[in-house]
Amino acid sequence: MDARENADAAADKKKGTEAVLDLQDVSVLYSGKPAVRNVSCAIWRNRITSIIGPSGCGKSTLLRSLNRMNDFVDGVSIEGKILFAGQNLYGGDVDPVEVRRRIGMVFQKPNPFPKSIYANISWGPSINGYDGSMDELVERSLQQAALWEEVKDRLHDSALNLSGGQQQRLCIARALAMEPQVLLMDEPCSALDPISTAHIEDLLFELQSRYTIVIVTHNMQQAARVSDYTAFMETGSLVEFGETDQIFTRPEKKRTEEYVTGRFG
Amino acid sequence: MSSSSGQSSVSFSIRKGGLRWGETAIKTWLRICTLVSLFTTVAIVVLLLAESLGFFREVSPLEFFFGTRWVPLLNPSSFGVLPLVWGTTLITVGAAVIAIPLGLASAIYLSEYASDRVRAWVKPVLELLAGIPTVVYGYFALTFVTPVLRTLIPDIQVFNALSGAIVVGIMILPTIATLSDNALRAVPVSLRQAAYAVGATSYEVTTRIVVPAGLSGVMASFLLAISRAIGETMAVTLASGQTPNLEFTMLESIQTMTAYIVQISLGDAPSGGVAYQTLFAVATMLFFITLLINIISQWILGRFREVYD
Repeated sequence: MDARENADAAADKKKGTEAVLDLQDVSVLYSGKPAVRNVSCAIWRNRITSIIGPSGCGKSTLLRSLNRMNDFVDGVSIEGKILFAGQNLYGGDVDPVEVRRRIGMVFQKPNPFPKSIYANISWGPSINGYDGSMDELVERSLQQAALWEEVKDRLHDSALNLSGGQQQRLCIARALAMEPQVLLMDEPCSALDPISTAHIEDLLFELQSRYTIVIVTHNMQQAARVSDYTAFMETGSLVEFGETDQIFTRPEKKRTEEYVTGRFG
Repeated sequence: MSSSSGQSSVSFSIRKGGLRWGETAIKTWLRICTLVSLFTTVAIVVLLLAESLGFFREVSPLEFFFGTRWVPLLNPSSFGVLPLVWGTTLITVGAAVIAIPLGLASAIYLSEYASDRVRAWVKPVLELLAGIPTVVYGYFALTFVTPVLRTLIPDIQVFNALSGAIVVGIMILPTIATLSDNALRAVPVSLRQAAYAVGATSYEVTTRIVVPAGLSGVMASFLLAISRAIGETMAVTLASGQTPNLEFTMLESIQTMTAYIVQISLGDAPSGGVAYQTLFAVATMLFFITLLINIISQWILGRFREVYD
């Protein structure tokens, strides 16, 4: 990403870029019961999109359907289409492993592998046949996740010895090492203290010029701070989707206004 | 004090009422039950050690532990325990070679691939297999496994180590399968998700993340199964015979430590003599071998718990 593109990105901030993911009438059902109903929206390249809404509104379920992590839940089924570079993620000839290589994920609770810091980063690329310099990739990924300075002298220590906030940044570095087209984050700060949360939010600002990020959060201030676009969901439905400024200052729907002003949820 | 204000005042006491007889009685009874099994264990160990000491007054430990001939009942007698240890080793290693790959594969299937419905059906059946009396396995070896082996390997003796190893392997398989399955299922789902999220296939998740993460539990299941194989008595006595043997052969009759104990217990040696005391020396040795293995497996399991709590 060179300087000109960065400048363009800043200038284009208000404009939509191309859609990386295009959700068309997506419903997710658990044993026939809908958890997400008829959601249509687009995820724009090099933008941060946050999904907000009260607990149980289906935001995590929707997020997990974007890289087929819902496949492991018994009795789950998907209706509608999710287009990724023009191909339906749920098309019959799609390899879910290939999908997850390109659409990475960071989970609610830090879940490092019980391996060394280095191996946590290198494992994904190595099983996927990465043939560049692994040391460089590990360093670059850790730097992007703002963790390098803290761990560079103990790369071969167990990742389980890191603090919760460091573990979560390690998980972000692990996802970035796959150079994903989209990074999904499922309430990445909910298990962290305020200082670690601030670290991760700073990191999101750093990453937004290079990555397309979708973040689920129940923290409205966080959504307002970090994201370009915001989706508000309630009881499985997408109530409103728009630029973050607009959602928080001039929401079109009454329900959105009530939520973002803290009247419920 | 009155209810007219809308507040009711209830008089009650939090002091001790009468003694809770029932509770005290139950507690005492439970304590006695626990002491019975504790006392039995201690009594067995004391008996074993006392009789073994008597044995070692007659026979030098050097001869017992390092002698290569076990002829306790004939004259001249010889008390080298190695042939019995070797017999036990052949059976145990043979059983482990059969049961470890099959048991681990079953555990991986059950924990990673089987649907809940299949699992709910298969696991009780496996546990049932563990509940079959071992003498039944012995007859299964004699009347089915050995005849089949004889058609494949005509030279094989009627009593042979291979047949015993096969049935003991079948016998310890459920232990490995169910305990390893538990260990693998204890690996947090979040770890599997982490692996899938970086583009791992199910096979990679299983072999590179889940099994290594659950390895200490899996190893402990191997050791518990092995200690069961070492202590196994009836099946090997029936299948593998009563001939102390220090040859490297699975096709001949052998004698394990346990099979020797059966032989003496059935009355082949007069009570009180050195030959009779060999029973306790061998039993003590067996006890310490299995105790050591159980302690190691408990230690490994303890380490495993530290990781995820």
